[in-house]
Amino acid sequence: MSGNEETVGGGIETIMVNWPALVIFILFFVFVTVLGFVAARWRRGDLGQLHEWGLGGRRFGTVITWFLLGGDLYTAYTFIAVPALLYGAGATGFFAVPYTIIVYPFVFVVMPRLWSVAKKHGYITGSDFVKGRYGSRSLALAVAVTGILATMPYIALQLVGMQAVIAAMGITGSGLLGDLPLIIAFLILALYTYTSGLRAPAMIAVVKDLMIYITVIVAVIVIPLKLGGFSNIFHASEKAIPSVILPPSGYLAYSTLALGSALALFLYPHSITGTLSSSDRRVIQRNAALLPAYSLVLAFITLFGYMAWAAGVKTTDNTSAAVPLLFLKEFPSWFAGFGFAAIAIGALVPAAIMSIAAANLFTRNIYKEFFRPGCSGQEESKVAKIVSLIVKLGALVFIVAMPKAFAINLQLLGGVWILQTLPAIILGLYTRWLHRWALLLGWAVGMVMGTGMAIANHFASSIYTVHIGGVAVSIYAAVWALAANLVVAVVFTWVFRALGAKEGEDETARADYETGLGATV
Amino acid sequence: MNSPSGRRRQVWYWLLLLPFIGTLFPSWYASDEPELWGFPFFYWYQILWVFLSSFITFFVYRMTRERE
Repeated sequence: MSGNEETVGGGIETIMVNWPALVIFILFFVFVTVLGFVAARWRRGDLGQLHEWGLGGRRFGTVITWFLLGGDLYTAYTFIAVPALLYGAGATGFFAVPYTIIVYPFVFVVMPRLWSVAKKHGYITGSDFVKGRYGSRSLALAVAVTGILATMPYIALQLVGMQAVIAAMGITGSGLLGDLPLIIAFLILALYTYTSGLRAPAMIAVVKDLMIYITVIVAVIVIPLKLGGFSNIFHASEKAIPSVILPPSGYLAYSTLALGSALALFLYPHSITGTLSSSDRRVIQRNAALLPAYSLVLAFITLFGYMAWAAGVKTTDNTSAAVPLLFLKEFPSWFAGFGFAAIAIGALVPAAIMSIAAANLFTRNIYKEFFRPGCSGQEESKVAKIVSLIVKLGALVFIVAMPKAFAINLQLLGGVWILQTLPAIILGLYTRWLHRWALLLGWAVGMVMGTGMAIANHFASSIYTVHIGGVAVSIYAAVWALAANLVVAVVFTWVFRALGAKEGEDETARADYETGLGATV
Repeated sequence: MNSPSGRRRQVWYWLLLLPFIGTLFPSWYASDEPELWGFPFFYWYQILWVFLSSFITFFVYRMTRERE
């Protein structure tokens, strides 16, 4: 998840290299690297098969799934960008909290259906399901391409999170040399993802999450003590920024950002990968009740943005530096290094899962579907491994060669895009009523409209204002686009039916969505 | 697969709408007062919902739990 209104600014000021922080940081980094390679042996399976490499053999129980999804959804970028948004824009930044509250009841109801049908038919991606459900290669391709497009900038942004902490430790430099630490970190990541597949991030996620929890618990106790309590923290922020309490003009934007982001989250390929890798549909439901523990942590991490104001951190031109600078100011250097390592490792886990998910999509739904229909499981797995390397390399080149703002803009667009696959995937879990061509048309309209709105806003905000009968309605652009998408899908379903357009073949049966239920249900 | 007892159990799913209702209307909670431990209402109210939502989800899980 991400801060949708991240403000973009210049570089962090050059500080002296902070050796204690750096040593601790490197120590933990080396530890998880070893873990990443060891992971290949864990719950050993034939890594030459895509569902073993790319879904961990669908064997993860409640606890591992909890760590995996937690590490997957709450990324390094989250820890940097969400508090940065609160720091820069006030109350709006807190939308991440209702967003991560409502996402889980939704997951509880919807995702077990996807798990069951995927298990029954051997689906690995959302696009696999769409193809099986609607018998439409073009719709499945649209879903796969959207997933890959939305994931790429997200991976790139994990690097932005990593960059922010590396810079805060005083390692800055110009040109390729300045990016060297980032390049090394990502090469290591690429190698162990290649060898271990989804098992690597699952194992590393456990370490990362423990580190994050320790950092946040210490921060929430120590920092308010030093700053004179939460009351002081809020008052200091009120003096620095205008809207610590959400103004009425922001209500609709706030709730549509929360709702739109929540509906989009589990459409992302990496979330689907995390969900499908669980061993049982009840694992998903249990996790829907347990994952809010991360939302609580996120709420406090978000408040770091206000703590930064109270601590006198001034970095309005580069809000991404707010949290690292807060840590350096309020923690002894060795503990700041620990926190930075937590954030950097927090970049590795989602980056690995995202690249695996994108590789699964490319291999299954583009390579095998359109180029090598008869390819073996071995070949499939080999291609996915190579694609996961290319995807990460692409993200690295992207971040090193292009302005950071470009990745942030694309990630913002990614959220708008991915939501346009909701009618095909989520509604498809419940009904076959919508016509496959109408879904495709709705998707196209949503994509164009959402992209148009973001461009019209010059990417400065994800909120788009439409005047309806003289009233200005400001809501999340992705939600506007989804509304248009749904209207088109419904209207054209009638049109195509009236014209007698051919329905695709549905290979799933009603009961497939509920397998795994007991005999009485 | 949807036997009558299964349907009856799924009635509990409606409870899952509560977190949406509780958090998606900022007009109800976008205020400073009442404060709690220095937190403006806007903040502690939403943090409270993290707990409520988790409890509700767990409760619905217990009530609809599928047999082994």
